[in-house]
Amino acid sequence: MIDAAMQNPIQTDAVIVGAGPIGLFSVFELGLNDIKCHLVDILDKPGGQCAELYPEKPIYDIPAVPVCTGAELTERLLEQIKPFNAQFHFGQMAESLAKLPDGTWRLTTDAGTVIDSKIVVIAAGGGSFMPKRPPIKGIEEFEGKSVFYAVRKKDQFRNKNIVIAGGGDSALDWALNLQPLAKHVTLVHRRDEFRASPDSVGKMRALVASGQMDLKIGNFSAIKGEAGQVQSIVLIDDSKNANEIPCDCVLAFYGLTMKLGPVANFGLDLHENLIPVNTADFETSEPRVFAIGDINAYPGKMKLILSGFHEAALMAKKAFAYIHPDKRYRFQYTTSSSDLQGKLGVEKGTAA
Amino acid sequence: MKVYLTDMEGKEHELEATEEWTLMEIIREGGIPILAQCGGSCACATCHVYVDPAWKAKLPEPGEEEIGMLDGTFDVTPDSRLACQIVFTKDLDGLKVKLAAGSI
Repeated sequence: MIDAAMQNPIQTDAVIVGAGPIGLFSVFELGLNDIKCHLVDILDKPGGQCAELYPEKPIYDIPAVPVCTGAELTERLLEQIKPFNAQFHFGQMAESLAKLPDGTWRLTTDAGTVIDSKIVVIAAGGGSFMPKRPPIKGIEEFEGKSVFYAVRKKDQFRNKNIVIAGGGDSALDWALNLQPLAKHVTLVHRRDEFRASPDSVGKMRALVASGQMDLKIGNFSAIKGEAGQVQSIVLIDDSKNANEIPCDCVLAFYGLTMKLGPVANFGLDLHENLIPVNTADFETSEPRVFAIGDINAYPGKMKLILSGFHEAALMAKKAFAYIHPDKRYRFQYTTSSSDLQGKLGVEKGTAA
Repeated sequence: MKVYLTDMEGKEHELEATEEWTLMEIIREGGIPILAQCGGSCACATCHVYVDPAWKAKLPEPGEEEIGMLDGTFDVTPDSRLACQIVFTKDLDGLKVKLAAGSI
C-alpha cells in the first residue's frame, strides 16, 4: 500500500499539518486565494485541543463571538470552510517532510499517505496528541508487546488475563467490550469513582458484583515480567499497601498528552520546541513551509486562537505568490467582492 | 510572598508569589518548566503537584472537576492537586509544594 502511495502521491496546493482551529481557518484564507488544501491530523476528528481538551469549556475571546465552547468553535469553523471542500486525513501523524527537486514538498504520514504539495502549513499547536504513558520504570520494553495504549485488534486479547487501567470512558468501554472474549478482565483505577457514562459504570458494577470482572483500587506503580511479556502489575493504595495482580497484558487509558513528535525532524529551525518564523508571512527557515498558531515563535507572540487566525491570513498571502506566480495578488474584502463571494458560494444579494 | 517548589531532581526553588495568581502561573513565572498544556482550564492534569501535608489544610478543598481530572495523571496521593486550581492568597505565603512526574 505504501509503495502504491509513493508512486501515486496526492497532488495538492497546500498541506496543513493539524486540523485545530488555526489549521481549519487556514483553509478559509487559502481558499479565498484559490489554494486547495489537504489536512492531516493524528486525532480522529477536527478541532485539535478545542475538541480533545476542552470541547465543553467556554471560550470568551473570539472576536465578535462573546462565548462559545471548543466544540462549537470547531463546528462553526467547519461550516465557514465548507465551500472550499478541503480533504481531511484523520488518525494519521505527519511523519516526514522531504523537499522535492523543484522546491515543493512531500509529506508522508504514519499511515502511508503521501502528499506532494506546493506549500506546507504547520499548524500543529502543542504537537501530536499521544497516549499518556505511565511513568513506570522499564515499561518501554513491554510496550507494543504486552502493554498497549489502544486496541487495534480485539482478537489479540482473546482468552487473556487483561488488566485495564484508567477511570474514563475509554477504560470502561474497553473493559466491557473485551470482557466477553477475555479469560478475565481486571479494571484498575486510583479511586472507586469513574468519570464515564453512567450506563457503562452501571454495567461494569454489575459484572463486578457477579464476579465476572474484578475492580481493584490503587495507583498503577510497577510492572513485572521479562522479555516484553508482563507477568503482573503492582497497585499501591493511599495507605501504601501493595497489591500484585497477575496478568498477560495491560491496557492503559489515561488520556492524551501533546508531544512535538516527528515535526522536530522536519529539518526546520527549532527554538525550545517551537518553530521560529518571521512576522511578515510566517514562513519558517525553509521556503514554502509556514508555521502558524501555538507551534510558532516570534518576538511578542501570544498563544491565542485569534493570533493564529491573523497569522493564517498573512501566510495565505505569501502562499498565493508561490502557488499562483503568474497572477497578481488582489487585496479584496468579502463584504464587497463578488469574486470572493462567488468562492464562498454566496448568492448575489443574499449575503447575510 | 514566597512559594517553595521542589523540582523532580529534589532541588528546592524559592519563587516570588503574586496574590490572585494561580500556583501554576507562579511556577511558570518563576522559570520552572511545567507543562500545563491546557493553559489552566482544568482540562489536562499536566500541572500536578504534591502539597506539603502541613499546608494542605490551608487550601480550599479541590472541586469535583479537579478530583476527576487527576484521573488523567499518575502517582496520585491524598496530597495531589492541580496547580492551576490553587489561587494564591496572603495566607499561603511560604507554601511548599513538589512537582509530580507528568508535569514536566
